[in-house]
Amino acid sequence: MKTFYWLVKREFWEHRGGFFWAPLISGSVFLVLNIMALITGEVLGNRSNTHFNIAGGLNLSGHMDADMLGKIGTGLDIAMYVVAGIVLMIMAIIVFFYCLGSLYDDRRDRSILFWKSLPISNRDTVLSKVVSASIVAPVIACVFGTAAGLLLLLIAAFTASLHGLNMWALLMNSHPLLVAINMISLIPLYAIWALPTIGWLMFCSAWARSKPFLWALLAPLAAGVIVSWFGLMGLFNLGSGWFWKNIVSRMLLSLVPGGWLRDAAQIDNEPTDPSVILDHIGLAHNYATLASPDLWIGAIAGSVLISAAIWLRRWRDDS
Amino acid sequence: MSAVITATGLSKHYKNSLALDNVSFRIPAGRIVGLIGPNGAGKTTALKAILGLTDFSGQLNVLGLDPRKQRDKLMEQVCFIADVAVLPRWLRVSEAVDFVGNVHPRFDRAKCEAFLARTKLTPGMRVRQMSKGMIVQLHLALVMAIDARLLILDEPTLGLDILYRKQFYQNLLEDYFDENKTIIVTTHQVEEVEHILTDLMFIRDGKIVLDADMDAIGERFIEVMVNGDRAEAARAMKPLDERQVFGKSIFLFDGVERSTLEAMGEVRRPSVSDLFVATMKGTYA
Repeated sequence: MKTFYWLVKREFWEHRGGFFWAPLISGSVFLVLNIMALITGEVLGNRSNTHFNIAGGLNLSGHMDADMLGKIGTGLDIAMYVVAGIVLMIMAIIVFFYCLGSLYDDRRDRSILFWKSLPISNRDTVLSKVVSASIVAPVIACVFGTAAGLLLLLIAAFTASLHGLNMWALLMNSHPLLVAINMISLIPLYAIWALPTIGWLMFCSAWARSKPFLWALLAPLAAGVIVSWFGLMGLFNLGSGWFWKNIVSRMLLSLVPGGWLRDAAQIDNEPTDPSVILDHIGLAHNYATLASPDLWIGAIAGSVLISAAIWLRRWRDDS
Repeated sequence: MSAVITATGLSKHYKNSLALDNVSFRIPAGRIVGLIGPNGAGKTTALKAILGLTDFSGQLNVLGLDPRKQRDKLMEQVCFIADVAVLPRWLRVSEAVDFVGNVHPRFDRAKCEAFLARTKLTPGMRVRQMSKGMIVQLHLALVMAIDARLLILDEPTLGLDILYRKQFYQNLLEDYFDENKTIIVTTHQVEEVEHILTDLMFIRDGKIVLDADMDAIGERFIEVMVNGDRAEAARAMKPLDERQVFGKSIFLFDGVERSTLEAMGEVRRPSVSDLFVATMKGTYA
């Protein structure tokens, strides 16, 4: 257990830039851009001597009833999810490349010989990388993402208060804590959902003698093209779209946060009530995915690929 | 004395070559063995087999364990430094000490820090900022702080200047080696290790062509400097090798009575490198 903790720590040391600094910086950049936009809005608003409007033409200087406040609160919650979502998206890209390099880079620079000179099993080595990709990176990104969302919330409320709106009333109607808890509790689901992509990328990383990126990308894409071209899926009464959606995209795109929602009921094009949207981000709605075989078949496939990566890590002999 | 390594009928095929050809040897504890051979002779393959880094056929027993099946356990007792610059470039000195200290049950942190204190390495330094010599110093400090029974060195001083090379072997002898430890070293810089070796193994084309301890080698191989007029007689005794120096001929004999040779001229013990060159004649031809 102690060894495993240090293995994960080692992954963090090596990828501090991607795991820690990238979400911190992307969150900060997003905040700064928003502050700049707000300032620009204020300045332009002052010049033209009109009221500054947000949230689609709400007149913030007027009085609002409880219902309106509630809607704004929900809107602010959604804004927090969006900010966190952007940070998580960047994390997903980083984790994609992290997985591709995880079992390849040290073979290329031969530092694998150093790691293999220590009494650490290949299973623990590979699993520590899986945990880094599926748990450590998302947790850090969630923390920075929600922190950025929270700051944005405060800034938005502060700006609104400049226009005579009660800052506290706005804040009390949003649910930052709930948003944070939701985000963190979705990480286990994310980890299970992302397994096929993590497994596939790490398998390529352990297997490729060179250019794991090309193999990882080209193999599923080529398979998809062949299947579409020859209509192979017709044999199983399935369209080629099924193959793209359930094989190719699961192998390559399962790191996208919230990817499991693609099968969930679509949100109306123009929801009248923002809380409808929020329901779709809610925990119960998300964890309903646990009932879908899609999630579990993917997780099993991912585990098989990870086992293959462990075997390759042990026996691949090219250093 | 129990053997640290016993190999019987060890073979390893690569796609179109035979790296190890039915090799058998036995290495007892408390020895420093030089595994010497030309490029591509199978040295690294033999070491990789011992370390469980490659598959092979035949029997191999390292410290009572099978390196293929019990590798994780074996690595608690075995250390290796393979070539230079295998430490990951992002690693800091402090991280390396922390990591090895926490995953290796036989690592002595205080010892490691004492070794590091004798170098110019600082805790915050990264491997990528170090010279080759410093990287080896760090690696050696880590390895020497591990109380292992077998240390394997594969070209450990490749690319280092002479100061680092001398210091490397000196540290090993003074601060590490004892009768419970065994060291196997491969290198091309034979002259630098020959005075520390207790045993010598020559490997050529996947076969062990010489396996003896240094005392036996001193008795078996004799070099004799013969004047020109007696060179024909010496040649008739089938020397391993002959070379000319200052109008005299130097012959290298294998297993000829010392007294016979003393009658012909000045005898001396051949250097390992001369012996190596004579044994490996025609390797690349």
